[in-house]
Amino acid sequence: MKHVIIGNSAAAIGCVEGIRRYDPDNPITIVADEPHSTYSRPLISYLLGGLVDESRMGYRPADFYEKQRVETLLGVEVTHIFPERRCISLAGEGALAYDRLLIATGGKPFVPPIPGTNLQGVYTFVKWEEARKIARHIEETGTRSAVVIGAGLIGLKTIEALLARGIKVTVVELADRVLSTIFDATGSRLADLILRREGVEVRTQTTVSEIIGRGGRVDHVVLQDGERVNCDLVIFAIGVRPNTGLIPANAGIEVGRGIRVDARMQTTAPDVYAAGDCVEAYDKLTESHRPLPIWPLAYRQGHVAGCNMAGHDREYDGGFPMNSISVCDVPTISVGFIEPPDDGDRYEILDDYDRETLTYKKLILRGHRLVGALFINEIDRAGIYTGLIRDQVDISQFKDHLLSGSFGLISLPKDYRKHMVVGSGIEV
Amino acid sequence: MKQIHVNEEYCIGCRLCEIHCSVQHSRSKKIIKAFKEEAPRALARVLVEEEGPLSFAMQCRHCEDAPCIEACIVGAMHRDEETGAVLCDEDHCVGCWMCVMVCPFGAIQRNLVGNKAASKCDLCLGEKVPACVANCPNEALTFIEAANSNGGEPQ
Repeated sequence: MKHVIIGNSAAAIGCVEGIRRYDPDNPITIVADEPHSTYSRPLISYLLGGLVDESRMGYRPADFYEKQRVETLLGVEVTHIFPERRCISLAGEGALAYDRLLIATGGKPFVPPIPGTNLQGVYTFVKWEEARKIARHIEETGTRSAVVIGAGLIGLKTIEALLARGIKVTVVELADRVLSTIFDATGSRLADLILRREGVEVRTQTTVSEIIGRGGRVDHVVLQDGERVNCDLVIFAIGVRPNTGLIPANAGIEVGRGIRVDARMQTTAPDVYAAGDCVEAYDKLTESHRPLPIWPLAYRQGHVAGCNMAGHDREYDGGFPMNSISVCDVPTISVGFIEPPDDGDRYEILDDYDRETLTYKKLILRGHRLVGALFINEIDRAGIYTGLIRDQVDISQFKDHLLSGSFGLISLPKDYRKHMVVGSGIEV
Repeated sequence: MKQIHVNEEYCIGCRLCEIHCSVQHSRSKKIIKAFKEEAPRALARVLVEEEGPLSFAMQCRHCEDAPCIEACIVGAMHRDEETGAVLCDEDHCVGCWMCVMVCPFGAIQRNLVGNKAASKCDLCLGEKVPACVANCPNEALTFIEAANSNGGEPQ
Protein backbone atom coordinates (compact mmCIF):
# COMPACT_ATOMS: atom_id res chain seq x y z
CA MET A 1 0.00 0.00 0.00
CA LYS A 2 1.63 3.19 -1.20
CA HIS A 3 0.23 6.57 -0.19
CA VAL A 4 0.98 9.62 -2.33
CA ILE A 5 0.07 13.17 -1.34
CA ILE A 6 0.16 16.14 -3.72
CA GLY A 7 0.62 19.22 -1.54
CA ASN A 8 2.49 20.03 1.64
CA SER A 9 0.35 22.38 3.72
CA ALA A 10 -2.44 21.95 6.30
CA ALA A 11 -4.49 19.29 4.46
CA ALA A 12 -1.39 17.31 3.45
CA ILE A 13 0.04 17.30 6.97
CA GLY A 14 -3.39 16.45 8.42
CA CYS A 15 -3.43 13.53 5.99
CA VAL A 16 0.00 12.28 7.07
CA GLU A 17 -1.06 12.42 10.70
CA GLY A 18 -4.36 10.70 9.88
CA ILE A 19 -2.64 7.89 7.96
CA ARG A 20 -0.03 7.36 10.66
CA ARG A 21 -2.64 7.07 13.39
CA TYR A 22 -3.74 3.75 11.87
CA ASP A 23 -0.99 2.80 9.45
CA PRO A 24 2.49 3.08 10.93
CA ASP A 25 4.31 1.28 8.14
CA ASN A 26 3.20 1.79 4.56
CA PRO A 27 5.21 4.31 2.59
CA ILE A 28 3.98 7.90 2.20
CA THR A 29 5.35 10.25 -0.43
CA ILE A 30 4.67 13.98 -0.46
CA VAL A 31 5.10 15.78 -3.79
CA ALA A 32 5.01 19.57 -3.74
CA ASP A 33 6.01 22.27 -6.18
CA GLU A 34 7.38 24.54 -3.46
CA PRO A 35 10.91 23.65 -2.34
CA HIS A 36 10.29 24.19 1.39
CA SER A 37 9.58 21.72 4.14
CA THR A 38 6.04 22.20 5.38
CA TYR A 39 5.58 25.77 6.49
CA SER A 40 2.81 28.00 7.73
CA ARG A 41 1.27 29.86 4.80
CA PRO A 42 -0.57 32.31 7.08
CA LEU A 43 2.79 33.34 8.53
CA ILE A 44 3.94 34.95 5.30
CA SER A 45 2.30 38.22 6.35
CA TYR A 46 4.10 38.05 9.69
CA LEU A 47 7.32 37.39 7.78
CA LEU A 48 6.78 40.33 5.44
CA GLY A 49 5.95 42.55 8.40
CA GLY A 50 9.14 41.49 10.17
CA LEU A 51 7.23 39.93 13.08
CA VAL A 52 8.86 36.54 12.57
CA ASP A 53 12.04 35.55 10.77
CA GLU A 54 12.49 32.72 8.27
CA SER A 55 13.62 30.28 10.96
CA ARG A 56 10.13 30.39 12.45
CA MET A 57 8.17 29.54 9.31
CA GLY A 58 8.01 25.78 9.95
CA TYR A 59 4.59 24.21 10.46
CA ARG A 60 6.06 21.07 11.99
CA PRO A 61 9.42 20.37 13.68
CA ALA A 62 12.43 19.82 11.42
CA ASP A 63 12.42 16.04 12.02
CA PHE A 64 8.72 15.66 11.12
CA TYR A 65 9.15 13.77 7.84
CA GLU A 66 11.75 11.49 9.29
CA LYS A 67 9.67 10.66 12.37
CA GLN A 68 6.53 10.09 10.30
CA ARG A 69 8.55 8.14 7.71
CA VAL A 70 7.53 10.38 4.82
CA GLU A 71 9.52 10.55 1.58
CA THR A 72 9.45 14.01 0.06
CA LEU A 73 9.79 15.27 -3.49
CA LEU A 74 9.94 19.02 -2.91
CA GLY A 75 10.25 21.57 -5.67
CA VAL A 76 8.80 18.96 -8.01
CA GLU A 77 5.83 19.75 -10.17
CA VAL A 78 3.11 17.20 -10.82
CA THR A 79 2.17 17.36 -14.49
CA HIS A 80 -0.67 14.83 -14.75
CA ILE A 81 -2.85 12.55 -12.71
CA PHE A 82 -3.82 9.21 -14.29
CA PRO A 83 -6.56 7.77 -12.05
CA GLU A 84 -7.13 4.77 -14.30
CA ARG A 85 -3.42 3.86 -14.21
CA ARG A 86 -3.02 4.84 -10.56
CA CYS A 87 -0.05 7.04 -11.12
CA ILE A 88 0.98 10.65 -11.43
CA SER A 89 3.63 12.07 -13.70
CA LEU A 90 6.30 14.45 -12.48
CA ALA A 91 8.04 17.19 -14.41
CA GLY A 92 11.39 15.73 -15.44
CA GLU A 93 11.18 12.85 -12.97
CA GLY A 94 9.04 10.26 -14.69
CA ALA A 95 6.03 8.81 -12.96
CA LEU A 96 5.03 7.84 -9.45
CA ALA A 97 2.60 5.01 -8.74
CA TYR A 98 0.12 5.08 -5.90
CA ASP A 99 -2.46 2.89 -4.24
CA ARG A 100 -4.13 5.82 -2.48
CA LEU A 101 -3.76 9.41 -3.63
CA LEU A 102 -4.57 12.67 -1.83
CA ILE A 103 -4.95 15.83 -3.90
CA ALA A 104 -4.26 18.81 -1.64
CA THR A 105 -3.27 21.40 -4.20
CA GLY A 106 -4.78 24.31 -2.27
CA GLY A 107 -6.04 27.54 -3.72
CA LYS A 108 -4.94 29.78 -6.52
CA PRO A 109 -4.98 33.54 -6.03
CA PHE A 110 -7.49 35.28 -8.23
CA VAL A 111 -6.13 38.05 -10.47
CA PRO A 112 -8.68 39.94 -12.57
CA PRO A 113 -7.83 40.54 -16.21
CA ILE A 114 -6.79 44.19 -16.12
CA PRO A 115 -3.95 45.94 -17.96
CA GLY A 116 -0.64 46.24 -16.17
CA THR A 117 -0.52 43.03 -14.09
CA ASN A 118 2.79 42.08 -15.74
CA LEU A 119 4.58 45.18 -14.47
CA GLN A 120 7.41 44.95 -11.99
CA GLY A 121 5.96 45.57 -8.52
CA VAL A 122 2.69 43.69 -9.01
CA TYR A 123 2.26 40.60 -6.84
CA THR A 124 -0.13 38.07 -5.41
CA PHE A 125 0.51 37.06 -1.82
CA VAL A 126 -0.13 33.47 -0.80
CA LYS A 127 3.26 31.76 -0.87
CA TRP A 128 6.56 32.15 0.94
CA GLU A 129 8.39 32.96 -2.27
CA GLU A 130 6.01 35.85 -2.91
CA ALA A 131 6.72 37.27 0.55
CA ARG A 132 10.43 37.16 -0.29
CA LYS A 133 9.90 38.82 -3.65
CA ILE A 134 7.76 41.57 -2.16
CA ALA A 135 10.31 42.17 0.61
CA ARG A 136 13.09 42.36 -1.97
CA HIS A 137 11.06 44.76 -4.10
CA ILE A 138 10.38 46.99 -1.07
CA GLU A 139 14.05 47.04 -0.14
CA GLU A 140 15.38 47.58 -3.67
CA THR A 141 12.95 50.29 -4.69
CA GLY A 142 12.51 51.95 -1.30
CA THR A 143 8.75 51.42 -1.58
CA ARG A 144 6.83 54.12 0.27
CA SER A 145 3.27 53.53 -0.88
CA ALA A 146 1.26 50.49 -1.89
CA VAL A 147 -2.16 49.62 -3.21
CA VAL A 148 -3.79 46.48 -1.84
CA ILE A 149 -6.63 45.13 -3.98
CA GLY A 150 -9.19 43.39 -1.79
CA ALA A 151 -10.13 44.16 1.81
CA GLY A 152 -10.85 40.60 2.87
CA LEU A 153 -8.74 38.37 5.11
CA ILE A 154 -5.65 38.24 2.92
CA GLY A 155 -5.98 41.96 2.26
CA LEU A 156 -6.10 42.80 5.95
CA LYS A 157 -3.06 40.66 6.74
CA THR A 158 -1.23 42.26 3.81
CA ILE A 159 -2.10 45.73 5.07
CA GLU A 160 -0.81 44.87 8.54
CA ALA A 161 2.49 43.68 7.13
CA LEU A 162 2.94 46.79 4.98
CA LEU A 163 2.06 49.12 7.86
CA ALA A 164 4.67 47.35 10.00
CA ARG A 165 7.20 48.29 7.32
CA GLY A 166 6.11 51.92 7.43
CA ILE A 167 4.47 51.82 4.01
CA LYS A 168 1.50 54.04 3.20
CA VAL A 169 -1.40 51.81 2.14
CA THR A 170 -4.48 52.40 0.03
CA VAL A 171 -6.91 49.48 0.01
CA VAL A 172 -9.45 49.08 -2.77
CA GLU A 173 -12.52 46.91 -2.24
CA LEU A 174 -15.27 46.09 -4.71
CA ALA A 175 -17.90 45.50 -2.00
CA ASP A 176 -19.42 48.42 -0.15
CA ARG A 177 -17.38 47.75 3.00
CA VAL A 178 -14.21 46.08 4.28
CA LEU A 179 -14.22 42.46 5.49
CA SER A 180 -17.71 42.11 4.01
CA THR A 181 -17.68 38.31 4.04
CA ILE A 182 -16.83 37.84 7.72
CA PHE A 183 -18.30 40.97 9.35
CA ASP A 184 -21.71 42.61 9.35
CA ALA A 185 -22.13 46.31 8.58
CA THR A 186 -21.38 47.37 12.17
CA GLY A 187 -18.27 45.22 12.31
CA SER A 188 -17.08 46.56 8.97
CA ARG A 189 -17.61 50.12 10.18
CA LEU A 190 -15.45 49.35 13.20
CA ALA A 191 -12.74 47.79 11.05
CA ASP A 192 -12.91 50.77 8.70
CA LEU A 193 -12.47 53.12 11.63
CA ILE A 194 -9.49 51.16 12.94
CA LEU A 195 -7.85 51.08 9.50
CA ARG A 196 -8.30 54.82 8.95
CA ARG A 197 -6.95 55.47 12.45
CA GLU A 198 -3.77 53.69 11.32
CA GLY A 199 -3.55 55.95 8.30
CA VAL A 200 -4.90 53.50 5.72
CA GLU A 201 -6.83 55.03 2.81
CA VAL A 202 -9.95 52.95 2.22
CA ARG A 203 -11.78 52.94 -1.13
CA THR A 204 -14.92 50.82 -1.37
CA GLN A 205 -17.37 50.03 -4.18
CA THR A 206 -14.63 50.46 -6.70
CA THR A 207 -11.67 48.57 -8.06
CA VAL A 208 -8.47 49.09 -9.95
CA SER A 209 -9.22 49.30 -13.66
CA GLU A 210 -5.64 49.70 -14.80
CA ILE A 211 -2.10 49.58 -13.42
CA ILE A 212 0.17 52.14 -15.08
CA GLY A 213 3.93 51.74 -15.15
CA ARG A 214 6.95 53.84 -15.88
CA GLY A 215 10.06 52.10 -17.17
CA GLY A 216 8.41 48.72 -16.68
CA ARG A 217 7.73 49.37 -13.03
CA VAL A 218 4.49 50.28 -11.22
CA ASP A 219 3.90 54.02 -11.03
CA HIS A 220 0.21 54.42 -10.20
CA VAL A 221 -3.17 52.77 -10.50
CA VAL A 222 -6.40 54.15 -11.94
CA LEU A 223 -9.63 53.27 -10.13
CA GLN A 224 -12.99 52.69 -11.82
CA ASP A 225 -14.15 56.19 -10.96
CA GLY A 226 -11.05 57.67 -12.54
CA GLU A 227 -9.16 58.39 -9.31
CA ARG A 228 -5.41 58.03 -9.66
CA VAL A 229 -3.43 56.57 -6.75
CA ASN A 230 0.36 56.77 -6.87
CA CYS A 231 2.16 53.68 -5.61
CA ASP A 232 5.36 51.65 -5.92
CA LEU A 233 3.73 48.32 -5.18
CA VAL A 234 0.41 46.61 -6.00
CA ILE A 235 -0.71 43.46 -4.21
CA PHE A 236 -3.70 41.39 -5.34
CA ALA A 237 -5.45 40.05 -2.26
CA ILE A 238 -8.86 39.25 -3.68
CA GLY A 239 -8.90 35.69 -2.47
CA VAL A 240 -8.20 32.18 -3.66
CA ARG A 241 -10.10 29.77 -5.84
CA PRO A 242 -9.76 26.00 -5.72
CA ASN A 243 -6.64 25.00 -7.61
CA THR A 244 -8.01 22.24 -9.79
CA GLY A 245 -5.78 22.72 -12.81
CA LEU A 246 -4.27 19.26 -12.43
CA ILE A 247 -7.56 17.41 -12.61
CA PRO A 248 -7.77 15.71 -16.00
CA ALA A 249 -10.98 16.00 -17.98
CA ASN A 250 -12.97 12.80 -18.50
CA ALA A 251 -10.92 10.84 -16.00
CA GLY A 252 -13.72 10.40 -13.51
CA ILE A 253 -12.74 13.08 -10.99
CA GLU A 254 -15.68 15.47 -10.88
CA VAL A 255 -15.07 19.15 -10.32
CA GLY A 256 -17.73 21.72 -9.44
CA ARG A 257 -16.53 24.95 -7.89
CA GLY A 258 -13.90 22.74 -6.30
CA ILE A 259 -13.10 19.05 -6.43
CA ARG A 260 -16.20 17.08 -5.43
CA VAL A 261 -15.76 14.86 -2.39
CA ASP A 262 -17.97 12.60 -0.31
CA ALA A 263 -18.07 12.51 3.50
CA ARG A 264 -14.96 10.31 3.49
CA MET A 265 -13.17 12.99 1.46
CA GLN A 266 -12.97 10.62 -1.51
CA THR A 267 -13.39 12.07 -4.97
CA THR A 268 -15.57 10.43 -7.60
CA ALA A 269 -12.56 8.34 -8.65
CA PRO A 270 -11.69 5.24 -6.62
CA ASP A 271 -8.78 5.63 -4.17
CA VAL A 272 -8.36 9.30 -5.03
CA TYR A 273 -9.03 11.62 -2.12
CA ALA A 274 -8.94 15.41 -1.92
CA ALA A 275 -8.89 17.92 0.93
CA GLY A 276 -8.32 21.56 1.74
CA ASP A 277 -8.75 24.69 -0.34
CA CYS A 278 -9.02 22.72 -3.61
CA VAL A 279 -12.30 20.98 -2.69
CA GLU A 280 -15.94 21.82 -2.20
CA ALA A 281 -16.67 20.07 1.08
CA TYR A 282 -19.84 19.96 3.13
CA ASP A 283 -20.87 23.14 4.94
CA LYS A 284 -23.12 22.07 7.79
CA LEU A 285 -24.79 25.47 8.23
CA THR A 286 -25.83 26.04 4.63
CA GLU A 287 -26.24 22.27 4.14
CA SER A 288 -24.46 22.48 0.82
CA HIS A 289 -21.09 21.67 -0.66
CA ARG A 290 -18.90 24.70 -1.31
CA PRO A 291 -15.27 25.77 -1.10
CA LEU A 292 -14.38 27.05 2.38
CA PRO A 293 -10.67 27.88 2.26
CA ILE A 294 -10.01 27.85 5.99
CA TRP A 295 -6.97 26.42 7.74
CA PRO A 296 -8.63 24.31 10.49
CA LEU A 297 -11.06 22.76 8.00
CA ALA A 298 -8.24 21.95 5.58
CA TYR A 299 -6.37 20.15 8.34
CA ARG A 300 -9.44 18.20 9.45
CA GLN A 301 -10.41 17.22 5.91
CA GLY A 302 -6.87 16.00 5.32
CA HIS A 303 -6.95 14.07 8.57
CA VAL A 304 -10.27 12.41 7.69
CA ALA A 305 -8.91 11.53 4.23
CA GLY A 306 -5.78 10.09 5.85
CA CYS A 307 -7.75 7.88 8.24
CA ASN A 308 -9.75 6.51 5.30
CA MET A 309 -6.64 6.02 3.18
CA ALA A 310 -5.26 3.94 6.05
CA GLY A 311 -8.38 1.79 5.93
CA HIS A 312 -10.08 3.28 8.98
CA ASP A 313 -13.56 4.53 8.10
CA ARG A 314 -14.11 8.07 9.15
CA GLU A 315 -16.47 10.85 8.04
CA TYR A 316 -16.11 14.60 7.81
CA ASP A 317 -19.12 15.97 9.63
CA GLY A 318 -18.99 19.29 7.81
CA GLY A 319 -17.48 22.66 8.49
CA PHE A 320 -18.60 26.23 8.55
CA PRO A 321 -16.81 29.54 8.12
CA MET A 322 -14.62 30.58 11.03
CA ASN A 323 -11.92 33.18 11.22
CA SER A 324 -9.80 34.75 13.89
CA ILE A 325 -8.05 37.84 12.60
CA SER A 326 -6.60 40.92 14.17
CA VAL A 327 -7.41 44.25 12.56
CA CYS A 328 -4.35 46.33 13.41
CA ASP A 329 -3.98 44.61 16.79
CA VAL A 330 -7.70 44.57 17.55
CA PRO A 331 -8.63 40.89 17.93
CA THR A 332 -11.77 39.63 16.17
CA ILE A 333 -13.47 36.28 15.75
CA SER A 334 -16.21 35.52 13.25
CA VAL A 335 -18.01 32.16 13.12
CA GLY A 336 -20.87 30.93 10.94
CA PHE A 337 -23.57 33.23 9.61
CA ILE A 338 -22.85 36.86 10.42
CA GLU A 339 -25.86 38.22 8.55
CA PRO A 340 -29.02 36.11 8.59
CA PRO A 341 -29.30 34.61 5.11
CA ASP A 342 -32.44 35.30 3.14
CA ASP A 343 -33.62 31.70 3.06
CA GLY A 344 -37.10 31.91 4.53
CA ASP A 345 -36.05 30.74 7.99
CA ARG A 346 -36.63 32.98 10.99
CA TYR A 347 -33.54 34.42 12.57
CA GLU A 348 -33.02 36.39 15.71
CA ILE A 349 -30.12 38.64 16.57
CA LEU A 350 -28.64 39.36 19.98
CA ASP A 351 -26.00 42.06 20.06
CA ASP A 352 -24.10 44.39 22.28
CA TYR A 353 -22.05 47.30 20.96
CA ASP A 354 -19.94 49.60 23.08
CA ARG A 355 -18.92 52.72 21.20
CA GLU A 356 -16.44 53.81 23.87
CA THR A 357 -14.30 50.69 23.83
CA LEU A 358 -15.03 49.67 20.22
CA THR A 359 -16.28 46.36 21.51
CA TYR A 360 -18.93 44.44 19.63
CA LYS A 361 -20.61 41.10 20.20
CA LYS A 362 -23.29 39.64 18.01
CA LEU A 363 -25.02 36.28 18.01
CA ILE A 364 -27.34 34.96 15.30
CA LEU A 365 -29.99 32.43 16.27
CA ARG A 366 -32.12 30.22 14.05
CA GLY A 367 -34.97 28.96 16.18
CA HIS A 368 -33.35 27.63 19.34
CA ARG A 369 -29.93 27.13 17.78
CA LEU A 370 -26.94 29.39 17.49
CA VAL A 371 -25.77 29.69 13.88
CA GLY A 372 -23.36 32.61 14.00
CA ALA A 373 -21.19 34.67 16.32
CA LEU A 374 -19.09 37.78 15.85
CA PHE A 375 -16.72 39.21 18.44
CA ILE A 376 -14.66 42.34 18.07
CA ASN A 377 -12.17 43.39 20.71
CA GLU A 378 -13.43 40.85 23.25
CA ILE A 379 -12.83 37.31 22.08
CA ASP A 380 -12.09 35.35 25.24
CA ARG A 381 -13.79 31.94 25.42
CA ALA A 382 -15.32 32.47 21.96
CA GLY A 383 -14.83 28.73 21.37
CA ILE A 384 -17.70 27.92 23.70
CA TYR A 385 -20.01 29.61 21.16
CA THR A 386 -18.28 27.82 18.29
CA GLY A 387 -19.01 24.56 20.12
CA LEU A 388 -22.70 25.48 20.48
CA ILE A 389 -22.83 26.16 16.73
CA ARG A 390 -20.97 22.98 15.85
CA ASP A 391 -23.15 20.77 18.05
CA GLN A 392 -26.36 22.70 17.27
CA VAL A 393 -27.21 22.81 20.96
CA ASP A 394 -30.71 23.95 22.01
CA ILE A 395 -30.00 27.28 23.69
CA SER A 396 -33.54 28.09 24.84
CA GLN A 397 -32.75 27.35 28.49
CA PHE A 398 -29.87 29.82 28.71
CA LYS A 399 -30.53 32.26 25.89
CA ASP A 400 -30.73 35.22 28.26
CA HIS A 401 -27.23 34.50 29.56
CA LEU A 402 -25.59 34.18 26.14
CA LEU A 403 -24.32 37.75 26.04
CA SER A 404 -23.74 38.26 29.75
CA GLY A 405 -20.19 38.91 30.88
CA SER A 406 -20.23 35.85 33.12
CA PHE A 407 -21.32 33.45 30.36
CA GLY A 408 -19.36 30.24 30.55
CA LEU A 409 -19.68 26.48 30.64
CA ILE A 410 -21.55 26.94 33.89
CA SER A 411 -24.38 28.62 31.99
CA LEU A 412 -24.92 25.49 29.89
CA PRO A 413 -27.35 22.73 30.85
CA LYS A 414 -25.68 20.09 32.95
CA ASP A 415 -26.42 17.44 30.29
CA TYR A 416 -24.46 19.28 27.65
CA ARG A 417 -21.58 20.03 29.97
CA LYS A 418 -21.42 16.33 30.77
CA HIS A 419 -21.72 15.36 27.14
CA MET A 420 -18.76 17.60 26.37
CA VAL A 421 -16.41 16.45 29.06
CA VAL A 422 -17.66 12.94 29.26
CA GLY A 423 -15.88 9.96 28.09
CA SER A 424 -14.17 7.92 30.50
CA GLY A 425 -15.85 8.86 33.69
CA ILE A 426 -14.77 12.39 33.22
CA GLU A 427 -17.63 14.68 33.96
CA VAL A 428 -18.33 18.09 35.29
CA MET B 1 -3.42 8.62 29.69
CA LYS B 2 -4.37 10.11 33.01
CA GLN B 3 -6.86 12.95 32.96
CA ILE B 4 -8.13 15.50 35.41
CA HIS B 5 -11.60 14.54 36.58
CA VAL B 6 -13.87 17.43 37.54
CA ASN B 7 -16.53 16.89 40.22
CA GLU B 8 -18.73 19.92 40.50
CA GLU B 9 -20.62 18.33 43.38
CA TYR B 10 -17.53 18.65 45.60
CA CYS B 11 -16.19 22.02 44.47
CA ILE B 12 -16.56 24.76 47.05
CA GLY B 13 -15.14 27.50 44.84
CA CYS B 14 -12.07 28.12 47.03
CA ARG B 15 -9.89 28.78 43.97
CA LEU B 16 -6.85 27.12 45.52
CA CYS B 17 -6.45 25.34 42.18
CA GLU B 18 -6.03 28.67 40.40
CA ILE B 19 -3.54 29.88 43.00
CA HIS B 20 -1.40 26.76 42.92
CA CYS B 21 -1.53 26.58 39.12
CA SER B 22 -0.20 30.12 38.97
CA VAL B 23 2.56 29.23 41.45
CA GLN B 24 3.47 26.09 39.52
CA HIS B 25 3.87 28.17 36.36
CA SER B 26 5.78 31.00 38.03
CA ARG B 27 9.52 31.36 37.77
CA SER B 28 10.25 30.74 41.45
CA LYS B 29 7.47 28.19 42.10
CA LYS B 30 7.25 29.74 45.59
CA ILE B 31 3.86 31.06 46.54
CA ILE B 32 4.94 34.30 48.26
CA LYS B 33 7.50 35.19 45.59
CA ALA B 34 5.14 34.26 42.79
CA PHE B 35 2.41 36.54 44.05
CA LYS B 36 4.42 39.41 45.54
CA GLU B 37 7.60 39.73 43.51
CA GLU B 38 7.09 38.32 40.05
CA ALA B 39 5.67 40.63 37.46
CA PRO B 40 3.81 39.85 35.39
CA ARG B 41 2.29 37.19 37.61
CA ALA B 42 2.03 33.79 35.94
CA LEU B 43 -1.44 33.08 34.60
CA ALA B 44 -3.45 30.27 36.13
CA ARG B 45 -4.34 27.75 33.43
CA VAL B 46 -7.36 26.50 35.33
CA LEU B 47 -10.47 28.60 35.64
CA VAL B 48 -13.09 28.35 38.37
CA GLU B 49 -16.59 29.13 37.19
CA GLU B 50 -19.12 30.09 39.80
CA GLU B 51 -22.82 30.89 39.76
CA GLY B 52 -24.89 30.84 42.93
CA PRO B 53 -24.17 27.67 44.87
CA LEU B 54 -22.62 25.91 41.87
CA SER B 55 -18.92 26.04 41.07
CA PHE B 56 -16.33 23.96 39.30
CA ALA B 57 -12.80 24.23 38.02
CA MET B 58 -12.12 23.66 34.35
CA GLN B 59 -8.89 23.25 32.43
CA CYS B 60 -7.91 21.82 29.04
CA ARG B 61 -9.45 18.38 28.46
CA HIS B 62 -6.52 17.26 26.28
CA CYS B 63 -8.99 16.08 23.61
CA GLU B 64 -8.06 13.12 21.45
CA ASP B 65 -9.00 15.00 18.27
CA ALA B 66 -8.05 18.37 19.62
CA PRO B 67 -9.65 21.25 17.68
CA CYS B 68 -6.83 23.56 18.83
CA ILE B 69 -4.21 21.35 17.19
CA GLU B 70 -6.22 21.33 13.93
CA ALA B 71 -6.65 25.08 14.03
CA CYS B 72 -3.13 26.16 14.99
CA ILE B 73 -1.65 27.86 11.95
CA VAL B 74 1.97 27.54 13.04
CA GLY B 75 1.97 24.09 14.61
CA ALA B 76 2.71 25.46 18.08
CA MET B 77 -0.19 23.47 19.52
CA HIS B 78 0.88 19.86 19.57
CA ARG B 79 0.51 16.56 21.39
CA ASP B 80 3.31 15.52 23.66
CA GLU B 81 4.41 12.09 22.49
CA GLU B 82 5.20 10.78 25.96
CA THR B 83 2.36 12.05 28.09
CA GLY B 84 -0.34 12.52 25.43
CA ALA B 85 -0.96 16.02 26.79
CA VAL B 86 -1.88 18.82 24.38
CA LEU B 87 0.83 21.45 24.78
CA CYS B 88 1.46 24.88 23.33
CA ASP B 89 5.00 25.81 22.35
CA GLU B 90 4.68 29.38 23.54
CA ASP B 91 7.88 30.50 21.79
CA HIS B 92 6.43 29.40 18.47
CA CYS B 93 2.90 30.78 19.05
CA VAL B 94 2.19 34.05 17.21
CA GLY B 95 -1.05 34.86 19.01
CA CYS B 96 -3.50 34.42 16.13
CA TRP B 97 -6.08 33.05 18.63
CA MET B 98 -7.47 30.41 16.29
CA CYS B 99 -7.27 28.08 19.30
CA VAL B 100 -9.40 30.46 21.37
CA MET B 101 -11.93 30.38 18.51
CA VAL B 102 -12.25 26.58 18.45
CA CYS B 103 -11.81 25.34 22.03
CA PRO B 104 -15.35 24.35 23.07
CA PHE B 105 -14.33 24.50 26.73
CA GLY B 106 -12.97 28.01 26.59
CA ALA B 107 -9.88 26.53 28.21
CA ILE B 108 -7.25 28.51 26.29
CA GLN B 109 -6.37 32.00 27.45
CA ARG B 110 -4.53 34.83 25.82
CA ASN B 111 -1.52 35.77 27.88
CA LEU B 112 -1.72 39.49 27.26
CA VAL B 113 0.45 40.57 30.18
CA GLY B 114 3.31 38.21 29.40
CA ASN B 115 4.50 36.70 26.15
CA LYS B 116 1.29 37.33 24.14
CA ALA B 117 1.02 33.61 23.54
CA ALA B 118 -1.74 31.09 24.14
CA SER B 119 -1.74 29.80 27.68
CA LYS B 120 -3.25 26.47 28.68
CA CYS B 121 -3.01 23.52 31.03
CA ASP B 122 0.12 21.44 30.48
CA LEU B 123 -0.73 18.82 33.13
CA CYS B 124 2.24 20.33 35.00
CA LEU B 125 4.61 18.83 32.44
CA GLY B 126 4.99 15.36 33.81
CA GLU B 127 4.57 16.06 37.53
CA LYS B 128 3.08 12.96 39.12
CA VAL B 129 -0.03 14.91 40.10
CA PRO B 130 -0.89 18.32 38.64
CA ALA B 131 -0.75 21.20 41.13
CA CYS B 132 -4.47 21.95 40.90
CA VAL B 133 -5.33 18.36 41.82
CA ALA B 134 -2.68 18.07 44.52
CA ASN B 135 -3.96 21.23 46.20
CA CYS B 136 -7.69 20.68 45.91
CA PRO B 137 -8.89 20.24 49.50
CA ASN B 138 -12.09 18.50 48.52
CA GLU B 139 -11.17 16.05 45.80
CA ALA B 140 -13.29 18.11 43.44
CA LEU B 141 -10.34 17.58 41.09
CA THR B 142 -8.84 14.12 40.80
CA PHE B 143 -6.23 12.70 38.46
CA ILE B 144 -7.31 9.36 37.09
CA GLU B 145 -6.65 7.02 34.21
CA ALA B 146 -9.14 7.70 31.44
CA ALA B 147 -10.90 4.62 30.13
CA ASN B 148 -11.41 6.19 26.74
CA SER B 149 -11.15 9.57 25.13
CA ASN B 150 -13.45 12.51 25.60
CA GLY B 151 -15.63 14.30 23.11
CA GLY B 152 -13.72 17.40 22.08
CA GLU B 153 -14.42 16.41 18.54
CA PRO B 154 -17.33 14.17 17.68
CA GLN B 155 -16.30 11.07 15.79
